[in-house]
Amino acid sequence: MHHSGVLSCLVTSDYAVEAHGLVKEFGDVKALNGIDLVVPRGQVVGLLGPNGSGKTTTVRILATLLKATAGSAKVAGFDVAKQADEVRRSIGLTGQYAAVDEFLTGRENLAMFGGLFHLDKNYVATRADELLEKFDLSDAANRPAKTYSGGMRRRLDLAASLIARPGILFLDEPTTGLDPRSRIGLWNVITELVAEGTTVLLTTQYLDEADQLADDIVVIDHGKVIAHGTSSELKDQIGGDRLEITLDNPDQAANAISALAPIVSGEATMDDSRYSAPVSGGSPVLIEAVRALDAQHIGVADIGLRRPTLDDVFLTLTGHGAEEDERPEPSTSKRGRRGGRR
Amino acid sequence: MSSPAIQAKRPALGWTVHDALIIARATIVASFRIPEALFFQLIQPVIFVLLFAYVFGGAIPIPGAEPGSAADASLYRQYLMPGIFGQTVAFAAAASTVGLAEAMQRGIIDRYRALPMSQPAVLLGNTLANALRQILVLTVLSITGFIVGWRINDGILNAIYAYLLLLLFAYTVTWVGAFVGLSVPNTETANTAGLIWIFPLTFLSNAFVPITSLPGWLQWFAAFNPISSLVQATRELFGNPTGAPTDFWTLNNAALYTVISCVVVIAIFAPLAVRKYRTAASK
Repeated sequence: MHHSGVLSCLVTSDYAVEAHGLVKEFGDVKALNGIDLVVPRGQVVGLLGPNGSGKTTTVRILATLLKATAGSAKVAGFDVAKQADEVRRSIGLTGQYAAVDEFLTGRENLAMFGGLFHLDKNYVATRADELLEKFDLSDAANRPAKTYSGGMRRRLDLAASLIARPGILFLDEPTTGLDPRSRIGLWNVITELVAEGTTVLLTTQYLDEADQLADDIVVIDHGKVIAHGTSSELKDQIGGDRLEITLDNPDQAANAISALAPIVSGEATMDDSRYSAPVSGGSPVLIEAVRALDAQHIGVADIGLRRPTLDDVFLTLTGHGAEEDERPEPSTSKRGRRGGRR
Repeated sequence: MSSPAIQAKRPALGWTVHDALIIARATIVASFRIPEALFFQLIQPVIFVLLFAYVFGGAIPIPGAEPGSAADASLYRQYLMPGIFGQTVAFAAAASTVGLAEAMQRGIIDRYRALPMSQPAVLLGNTLANALRQILVLTVLSITGFIVGWRINDGILNAIYAYLLLLLFAYTVTWVGAFVGLSVPNTETANTAGLIWIFPLTFLSNAFVPITSLPGWLQWFAAFNPISSLVQATRELFGNPTGAPTDFWTLNNAALYTVISCVVVIAIFAPLAVRKYRTAASK
């Protein structure tokens, strides 16, 4: 973990967002317990954590919606507490909900938010057309937003955040509740924005989302940063992929463990007929494992490579799982459980 | 990333008006996009007129006519209409309550608050829109009243004053409604909380019965209830019967007391609502 190192050699102008020791108390509840965070210009940082870990509170403080109890933060070089208006001029915010007026049409929504940004009317009209086109909403531009699908609303919401071409974008769980196709659509849109130079701070509960979009991932839990690094650094830390096998006959457990020992990269666990062990090297490991078991005539009911999930990150880092009570099952995690690997 | 041209600087107050008008316009446009809601908003006071005019009609004696006579019933309708006007504009508050609670729940308030716009403008615009919407409601009500026998008896100028007073009152209660809407935890609560205080306030007044028919302590409450003075003032300005005279200063200087009440209520609730708005968190 190198984040303390990054902070100690801090050069202000390199960072679009920098927060130091953010604390937020709601009555007796400490939502944030000293968050340090930097987002280098032009990069995407993913804030990863379960519900209630403090992701949204952090974004709300950085977007000037909440005042921190302690600590300080600068966005685009402006102090969030003292220069709120300057911060607001530099950012776009897309929250967990599609925050558009559902009775106004897509175009009217963009015109309204452009007006509230105090932008020139002609500029707003041109920019609105451009965004509607870009986000594939041109055909629906003159329909009230309430007739839009969930994915369309999120895209309109994102378009509304972009009306003033903000250099910094806060995306608070941008794909929560979306179907897989809309998620991927939104990921593509975000990737394009980043390619154009936008700095993004993204919160998510999904490891695969952080993996897909973020250059750097900050894992938080109980209002504290518990890990920080690139996706591969984090995965290395939590041990990469796991080989998981269900045996036909639990009596062959000991045989299976010894047969697979040369293939796996760490200690194996056995729970009844379920075998699990860390591996490196990706899918070829599966073939080797099947061969090794076959040679010993060990019957296999199920075999697969499991990619690390958010739960694994949390189990490894904190010793408890990520309480994913509200988490809708994304299709990619199913793929991950069955030997798939990108 | 190049920043787009930001419009020329205006004085802060200019931006507040600019932003408030954008919000007001959006609020009004939105209300016309829900024709069902608009229909029920208009039909409710009409039903009240018909209920009171035909159900309670002859049962409430108005001085100046033989109780139970046809003249009495017609007189009651003259007496009733300003009461319905007063009650209806009081309900304008509920629209602000529900509207803002919904905007908050949907996260739109968050988005506004993250914009470099004038912060009180959202509330200024919302209250203005809800008050302006009452013009339509009052028009429909006036036509309904005319059909059941209500008349403007004291000239067009006084009638305009009466309508303006009603709109001022509507604007005033929308601030109370805005405060309630920003204080409730969700839209479900907003639906009841938005209405619950308006009902007793409108019925504990002279809107439907002469104040003298109330028990002593309620007479005091009703006399200081700004809805009573509003209704009293509009009765006078429309040249409708006012019921028996009373000793209450508030009712003998009804228009003045109404304006004072409105100013005081706005002075209290507008800052409260704006403060709530600034610290409001999305649910």
